[in-house]
Amino acid sequence: MTFSPQLEARFAELLTHYPEGRQRGALIPMLMYAQDEVGAVTQELMEELAKRLGITTLQVDEVTGYYSMLHKKPQGKYHVQVCTNVACMLRGGAELYDHACKKLNLGHKQTAADGKFSLEEVECIGACSWAPAIQVNYDFHHEVTTGKLDEILEGLK
Amino acid sequence: MKLYNEPSPLETRVISKRFGTQNSWRVDTYLATGGMQAFKKACEMTQDQIIDEVKASSLRGRGGAGFPTGMKWSFVPRQSELPKYIVVNADESEPGTCKDRLLMEHDPIQMVEGILIAAKAVGASKGWVYIRGEYRYLIDHMDAVLKECYERNLLGKNILGTGFDFDLYTQTGAGAYECGEESALLESLEGKRGVPRIRPPFPAVSGAFQCPTVLNNVETFSTVPAILNGGGKWYADLGTPRNGGTRLVCLAGHVNKPGVYEVPLGMNMMYFLNEIGGGMLGGRKLKAIIPGGSSCPILSAEECDVAMDYDTMAKAGTMLGSGGMMVMDETTDMVKVALRIMRFYNHESCGWCIPCREGTTWLRKMLARIVDGNGAARDVDLIGDLAQSMLGRTFCPLGDAAALPTISLIKKWRPEFEAYVAKNPFASTELVQVA
Amino acid sequence: MSNLVKLTINDTPVEAPAGTLLIDAAKTAGIEIPAFCYYEGMSLQAACRMCLVEIEKAPKLMAACVVPVAEGMVVRTESEAVVKARKTTLEFLLTNHPLDCPVCDKGGECELQDMVFKYGAGESRFTEVKHHVPEKQWSPVVFYDGPRCILCYRCVRVCNEGMGVGALGVVNRGVVSEIAPSHGDHLECDECGSCIDICPVGALTSGAYRYKTRPWEMEHTGTICTHCSDGCKTTLGTRNGEIVRGNNRDRSGVNGEFLCVKGRYAFDFNHHPERLQAPLLRVDGKLEEVSWSRALQVLVEKFKAVRDAKGNVGVIGSTRTSNEEAFLLQKFARTVFGTNNIDHHRSGDVATLLDALSGKTGALGTSADCYTSKAVLIIGADLSQQHPFLANQIRANVRHQKTPVYVVTPGAVREDKTAKKAVRAGEDWLAAVENLKSSLASEKELLVVFGDAVKGEGLRKLVALGDSLGIPVKYIALVDYANSRGAMDMGLLPDLGPGYHAVEGKAGLTLPQMLAATDLDLVWVVGANPLKNASLGSSKAFVVVQDLFRTETAERADLVLPAASAYEKNGTVTNTCGEVQRLMKAADTVGAKTDLAMFGLIARGLGVNLGKVDADNVFAEIQKTVRGYNVPLPVIVTGGAAQTQAVNGRVPSNVLPELIRSAGDTLFTTGTLTKYSKVLNEVMEGPGGLYR
Ligand SMILES: Cc1cc2nc3c(=O)[nH]c(=O)nc-3n(C[C@H](O)[C@H](O)[C@H](O)COP(=O)(O)O)c2cc1C
Ligand code: SF4
Ligand code: FES
Repeated sequence: MTFSPQLEARFAELLTHYPEGRQRGALIPMLMYAQDEVGAVTQELMEELAKRLGITTLQVDEVTGYYSMLHKKPQGKYHVQVCTNVACMLRGGAELYDHACKKLNLGHKQTAADGKFSLEEVECIGACSWAPAIQVNYDFHHEVTTGKLDEILEGLK
Repeated sequence: MKLYNEPSPLETRVISKRFGTQNSWRVDTYLATGGMQAFKKACEMTQDQIIDEVKASSLRGRGGAGFPTGMKWSFVPRQSELPKYIVVNADESEPGTCKDRLLMEHDPIQMVEGILIAAKAVGASKGWVYIRGEYRYLIDHMDAVLKECYERNLLGKNILGTGFDFDLYTQTGAGAYECGEESALLESLEGKRGVPRIRPPFPAVSGAFQCPTVLNNVETFSTVPAILNGGGKWYADLGTPRNGGTRLVCLAGHVNKPGVYEVPLGMNMMYFLNEIGGGMLGGRKLKAIIPGGSSCPILSAEECDVAMDYDTMAKAGTMLGSGGMMVMDETTDMVKVALRIMRFYNHESCGWCIPCREGTTWLRKMLARIVDGNGAARDVDLIGDLAQSMLGRTFCPLGDAAALPTISLIKKWRPEFEAYVAKNPFASTELVQVA
Repeated sequence: MSNLVKLTINDTPVEAPAGTLLIDAAKTAGIEIPAFCYYEGMSLQAACRMCLVEIEKAPKLMAACVVPVAEGMVVRTESEAVVKARKTTLEFLLTNHPLDCPVCDKGGECELQDMVFKYGAGESRFTEVKHHVPEKQWSPVVFYDGPRCILCYRCVRVCNEGMGVGALGVVNRGVVSEIAPSHGDHLECDECGSCIDICPVGALTSGAYRYKTRPWEMEHTGTICTHCSDGCKTTLGTRNGEIVRGNNRDRSGVNGEFLCVKGRYAFDFNHHPERLQAPLLRVDGKLEEVSWSRALQVLVEKFKAVRDAKGNVGVIGSTRTSNEEAFLLQKFARTVFGTNNIDHHRSGDVATLLDALSGKTGALGTSADCYTSKAVLIIGADLSQQHPFLANQIRANVRHQKTPVYVVTPGAVREDKTAKKAVRAGEDWLAAVENLKSSLASEKELLVVFGDAVKGEGLRKLVALGDSLGIPVKYIALVDYANSRGAMDMGLLPDLGPGYHAVEGKAGLTLPQMLAATDLDLVWVVGANPLKNASLGSSKAFVVVQDLFRTETAERADLVLPAASAYEKNGTVTNTCGEVQRLMKAADTVGAKTDLAMFGLIARGLGVNLGKVDADNVFAEIQKTVRGYNVPLPVIVTGGAAQTQAVNGRVPSNVLPELIRSAGDTLFTTGTLTKYSKVLNEVMEGPGGLYR
């Protein structure tokens, strides 16, 4: 499996971060950064990282399934994550999520057929004082209203 | 970097004093505003002196448990053939909490300096800042900051000519609240599932990669330079006895001016809510406050006239936790709050132990059924009983975190649950099955 | 002892060595603390929370599985809080556990069922919808039913820590966590079935056993596995005379509860449809079924004629029949036919080892030594393939005692992973061991386990090198099958009689010589298949074969007698370490007779007296006459293993190293029997290979 030179460089750097013989520590960062490039944690990717870190594919699989940001299936180009946890809920997070469902015609963890959008109702994303909050991919949007949500979504190409 | 909310003139800005200033995260700015003086001071002190100073400050961990920081550092064995490490808990996943990101956005080098002082105090050589995966922008930001620190010799070999070497890296999480729990975080750092470890041994003895490790919250480390600069006593005096200093409180919910504010420990909660938080949204009545993240027992309006420090809150039957304060007005549906909280803990339960894995699932399903209008009369008691059955019996505190708010909700707002159930015409039927 | 800690459990004073876990301390005091995830010898989990107990001064209930005893500790295991906690833990467990006990394989021997019966609440308060996922088949022998799984992680640990395989893991998070196999949807592993055995509930079930019977409908017989030479005790569950299950949950025998794929599943050859159930006689060039009386009549006539004519006889014995049978066979050959033309397939140089060790005491390693020895050297064997139990012992030794292991093998082996040093060497193994000498000499003691490459002069040099280390050294000579060792000890050799005494008169023909000879009048093959890849030189020979199946050798026979398997007889066998254990009859095949019974019938027909032909009587004779076999009978009779002693005095053997060659069986092969085990042929890994 080949990665971009930038990602390879990042991997090489990462592997220097851990004590000798404990390079497995790089697994989760490698999965995260590789997922960004590959689009998903594919079987091939799991096998590749297992090989590089000297662990079994099952050990990579165990980790992949544990973390909610690691996905085996590709998500939309824009992954819209609406927080409905308490702080956001108090400020209309649930309604915002319902609105997003209707607007995108998607449900929880669904991806549009054209692959442009996917939607997820997420747990607290650490923006509670500026609730309700959403994340599109890694970008935060604070104090989002339904109107503002429409604007954000429409602004995405 | 811009601030997300206006600061308040009533804050005591010790660790947030650089927030919102231009280029506050750059080495030049940091050095020009008194940065690294504390580290230099630490380099002149013995390990015991540093730890004693921190003890004198009565600084308690800002991650949630409130354990005295100086004491924690003193548990690290002095004589050890193993290397020692520093781990920063920047997982910030406790619902209601959004302060560590500001510390890292606006004043990351303050945290780095705190880490260096801790490293000096225990003889550590390497460290990781474990940042939740959702904060990717912050990881990239921290990577840039650390790069500059290396370039300017704030990290690496012979730091600022003191002869002290230290390496610091970022480490991304990947979406797991449980990885905020210190031992689960360490497992994650080692490339494993975020399942907590059996303790003892505690991280101070066997932490990252089975080596002695100091693990603290971002805010805890960020506080250390101020303590060394101003002295432990000065810092302690900012707060109340045994509850030294200031802390960041994340105000959220039905208030006029939600935001992150730095206040001295011991400030009255209602004063904070009204004077700094601008009072209740729309002038509505206060109903309840979650004082420090969703893991804390919830205070009813009558209970909110309390000092915000660890000991007083404990007496009030709750916790200051992670500083995530969520304010609820009279319109709030407490049953829905209970469900939303339980959904969270069920989603985040690592699944390792039975009471947490099965208990949160059962409670989530039951609460959802009640909210859907299919509650049974006996459910209300059952919720309380099941939550009580989880309490103190799980492998890690996540089970308690799920149980505590639930118990307080059932105890204090029981009629709301009963009202939900009463709406179901079949509520008194013994068995209620829903598909 | 000074480091005994005094504590009180349920008002009973208890003493336990410092460091003992509370759960174990209670057990020794006769107090049960229930647990699912705790498993002796395996890493601690503290996950199930069944073992919560009250400890005075502790702020909450504590998990007895992880708390070590402390001086003055006051513990309550039956207080109100503890009882309530257990009840709710069980109630929590049952929320997603299907209540399908009536059809579940585990019903009747399920730990969850027992626990709920003993500690559980009478009724459930759970009325929500259960989480369900469909059952999965991971291999021909392993099925996983997720909903039944209570996530105690025993299977994961036994596979990873116990077997050193790591083919099981945990995927997903929280309530949807489940156990997953090594290769996505299927398992590639040792197929040992330990995970199934160790599963406290019916989440992991055996493809060989599932839905066949209920535990209480079986009879259970503890006997010795007939496959490799490690001598594992296997408890066979039989129903209506048919073996349906093999395990060793009672931990009797040298192997504790360990069994490999063969021990657990490869009993299935026993009821293979091709098992012989009537004698076969060659009539008009073809083998035809005949009655036992006709067969014996023909046989006795032939034997009489050959004996009376002083004809040339060749006798080939078995590596899987009992000591009694091997002993009686050689006695028959030597006394009735007056011949030393008797041999078997030799796979390890025990004779030279015994000679080289003569005069030394305590230099023969036991299977227990593999677990206790403070250092181990493995030469020329792929242990985890060829000797799974000994490999398991050594692995446990490393895991529990961090014992250094040195590996000298021609290719990669599983032991490499945890070895202190692993070197690749084949024929040149001696040089490689010499290179390790200084490291070996720094150990406190050493156990040397060696394969068929170490023989003759090389073996003598190895023992000399061992002597020069200045530390106690023990040896285990590895051989192939369940009674390969016994066959040698009993004197199925042309130059050595029972107990390695020189034979009277001239040494006889070796096995290859017998096959090559053109002048044999009678060839008698008992439980062996020498013609698998060879032909018989003597075309005139009348060939008598006693076997379970129509093997290649049986196809050449003039008379074939259907033999009982090792699972169908009483007697003893000796494992590769020289440990004697008892075979117990567990099953029956209609029409087959034990080899011992056949010898008795033939002797009676011939009118010769071989003494009283029953296993106990023959063993008494063995005890008296076979050097090293004067072992305590009670140990054997009670199902234990009695270590035979080294012979005192030289072994006058002229070992021909070229005759010693292991068949090289893997985990998934077992010589001729391989063909008749459905399970071994089905598992995807079989037959695999050595050193990879
Ligand atoms: C379920 C759980 C989640 C936690 N999450 C966090 C977190 O996100 N950030 C944090 O700093 N501490 C968190 N903690 C607390 C840590 O375990 C630990 O006590 C803390 O990081 C220690 O640092 P401190 O002493 O500086 O507070 C969590 C604890 C539990 C039980
Ligand atoms: S969790 Fe304990 S708690 Fe327990 S039995 Fe299992 S292992 Fe003990
Ligand atoms: S509750 Fe939504 S960001 Fe915290």
